[in-house]
Amino acid sequence: MLFKSHGGVHPNDMKAPANEAVITTIPQPPQVVIPMSQHIGAPCTPLVAVGDEVKLGQKIGEAKAPVSAPIHASVSGKVVAIEPHLNNLGNMVTSVVIENDFKDTPAETMIPASAEALESPEQIADIIREAGIVGMGGATFPTAFKITSGWGKVDTVIINGAECEPYITSDHRTMLEHPEELLKGIQLIMKACKVDKAYFGIELNKKFAIDLLNFKGAKGMGIEIVPLKCQYPQGAEKTLIKTITGREVPPGGLPANVGCSVFNTFTAYSVYRACYEGWPAIERVVTVSGSAIAEPKNVKVRVGTAMEWVFEQTGGFAKEPWKIIMGGPMMGLAQYDLNVPCGKGTAALLAFAGKEDKTVDDPVCIRCGQCIDGCPMNLQPIYMYMYQQKGDVEMLQKLNILDCVECGSCSYICPGRLHLTHAFKTGKAMVQAHMAEMKAKAEAEKAKAEAEAAAQAKSEEKKEEK
Amino acid sequence: MNEERKLIVSSSPHIRTPRDTRAIMLDVIIALLPALIMSVVMFGIGPLVVTAVSVISCVVFELAYRKLLKKPGGVGDLSAVVTGMLLAFCMPPTMDNWWLAIIGAFFAIVLVKQLFGGIGKNILNPALAGRAFLLISYAVRMTTWAPARFQHIDAATSATPLASLHSGQLVEGGLNAIFDMLIGNIGGCIGEVSAIALLLGGAWLVYRKVISLRIPVTYVGTVAILTLIFSRGNNHILWMLQNVLSGGLLLGAIFMATDYCTSPVTPNGQLIYGVGCGLLTVLIRYFGSYPEGVSFAILIMNLCAWLIDQHTAPRRFGVVGKKSKKEDAKA
Repeated sequence: MLFKSHGGVHPNDMKAPANEAVITTIPQPPQVVIPMSQHIGAPCTPLVAVGDEVKLGQKIGEAKAPVSAPIHASVSGKVVAIEPHLNNLGNMVTSVVIENDFKDTPAETMIPASAEALESPEQIADIIREAGIVGMGGATFPTAFKITSGWGKVDTVIINGAECEPYITSDHRTMLEHPEELLKGIQLIMKACKVDKAYFGIELNKKFAIDLLNFKGAKGMGIEIVPLKCQYPQGAEKTLIKTITGREVPPGGLPANVGCSVFNTFTAYSVYRACYEGWPAIERVVTVSGSAIAEPKNVKVRVGTAMEWVFEQTGGFAKEPWKIIMGGPMMGLAQYDLNVPCGKGTAALLAFAGKEDKTVDDPVCIRCGQCIDGCPMNLQPIYMYMYQQKGDVEMLQKLNILDCVECGSCSYICPGRLHLTHAFKTGKAMVQAHMAEMKAKAEAEKAKAEAEAAAQAKSEEKKEEK
Repeated sequence: MNEERKLIVSSSPHIRTPRDTRAIMLDVIIALLPALIMSVVMFGIGPLVVTAVSVISCVVFELAYRKLLKKPGGVGDLSAVVTGMLLAFCMPPTMDNWWLAIIGAFFAIVLVKQLFGGIGKNILNPALAGRAFLLISYAVRMTTWAPARFQHIDAATSATPLASLHSGQLVEGGLNAIFDMLIGNIGGCIGEVSAIALLLGGAWLVYRKVISLRIPVTYVGTVAILTLIFSRGNNHILWMLQNVLSGGLLLGAIFMATDYCTSPVTPNGQLIYGVGCGLLTVLIRYFGSYPEGVSFAILIMNLCAWLIDQHTAPRRFGVVGKKSKKEDAKA
């Protein structure tokens, strides 16, 4: 206690309701809306036109940029519209609307990869890229790019099975129901990354999954299952790397800077499906839970299915929802329109009936310092908040606000109910804007100085000529 | 898709701990109860009356201030109750001092706490500042002690152990004296007499994670080490133990110095703060004109809390050992 390393909070994990629920399939929606941007990086341009017939798994969007991932049709049917549609981030994004013919006619591309293709890192990376696989934990960073950019730098692959967000059980169920596929997927990732050692970090509240994966021979495959203490944000990339390897990713750096590469559990499973079954990233296991939900479940949801459809098909609401969240309760995004489609990285849909966020009219800081103890990035949320409220950008920079990973631990633990994480999201934007402004200013001054120097040189030349 | 729903949209996180300010203050109140009970056992109904008057005054002053000035918030966070209890805890246990509690409560709540913006904004610990004000203004009343119920008759001059230590004398009775200090069979303020009751309360606070051990351990530890090294009696250990167990040290270290608002928030800052409190306490006890140094030591360290915070920022994540030096060199 006296010299306790700090960081992390311990919310009630609330996983019990959905933990025992076997992954089921829900009826397909009559129509899917597939956004052309479901990843960090360049958005895709549609490859189809209105009126086209598309098959299941057919590529319908692609971008030439390296940091991007193609998009596939999640049902077979007819493209009825290509129009801007609200996505989970609250933006209007070009989306392909497909009317489902309920036939699931597979595309010709949906075939398992050949055995020799699965021996070459380059070819596995290609398959992963073509399958449109992104970080399925929610960050949606293109997986193939993560693999190829890590070549030569990465010596350790870490699979993130912490699932530290409360309520979510989709990764847990995947481990229990598809352990062999999962391990094969991890082997593929190891091969693609050109490393022979992987750590699979799993929180201790998934004891059965840990035992099962060990029983299935994880060790013999070079995969070490690492049981993790239940603590939020155990599954935050930098925290996970620190817990498992003791290495700390430098500020502003990437895991590759310390030789690590982190992949989500469901990403590994998706890699298996892409390589051995030919399935692109068009389906995600989603946990439907929360106090407003009649019966918490884990269901397979096709990308592009409206939230409303998922809620309806899983038994609907027992109570009138007050807040609906796509993702976990700590970092997920509150939604106001149930027409928003589920994406590749949607691990959970939560509906809360009450004020689980416990907001109060007049939040007051009592200087308890629990936000400092809870911050996984060793920041000082209490002071960052004060300077954010004052709009003091320079102090925010000095307090390293850009290191904030927005995990929400400080807000969660705050007894005074301050909106800390919210303030830091805006604070980070303020700092970034300020830095951009400073950079532009410096460049303009430099250009001006250069122009002046050039003009002077010219006039001197003229003088000499005279 | 068809029916209209009103959904709340706000930034994550969407859940929060059930432990709010009120829950924390409630834990502090629970932790203070053993000391109050022991005080009633030792001194009769007096401590209860003074504590009740103090708590009610603090609550009334806080409520009146917030309402009259139309400020948000009230007394629902229970912080005024805690202040009231702590103020009473550092007053003598005699019933005829009850009106002093009202004056102290006014000073603590209105002048020290509310004028600076209320909970979380005050610079000094309200209860301690209230006590300091009373001690200076009513020196005789504040230092006239009642004997504890089971005290030996020859000790019924009701001098506190501290007075004896201040004159450089060990309290007589050897281990019996230590036992008296542990259970509270000594003269002293309402809340400070029973070391066991205070430790019990402290254990509750640590168990409930209201406080960490950083401040109490460094504070008491510093006093223990300093009094052991600069011992004045012929028995070093006894001198140290009597210094640690007498006076307001444990009350101060567990309940006053750990006051959120007036202590540093950084882990390293809290260690420095505890050492500072201990150092000043021993200096005042040894060289000051007052026998007790705890209140003034903590009040002085209160003023340094922000300064300490500024210089004890936690190590930045991802900057380790050599790298940090490199970065410094770059900067």
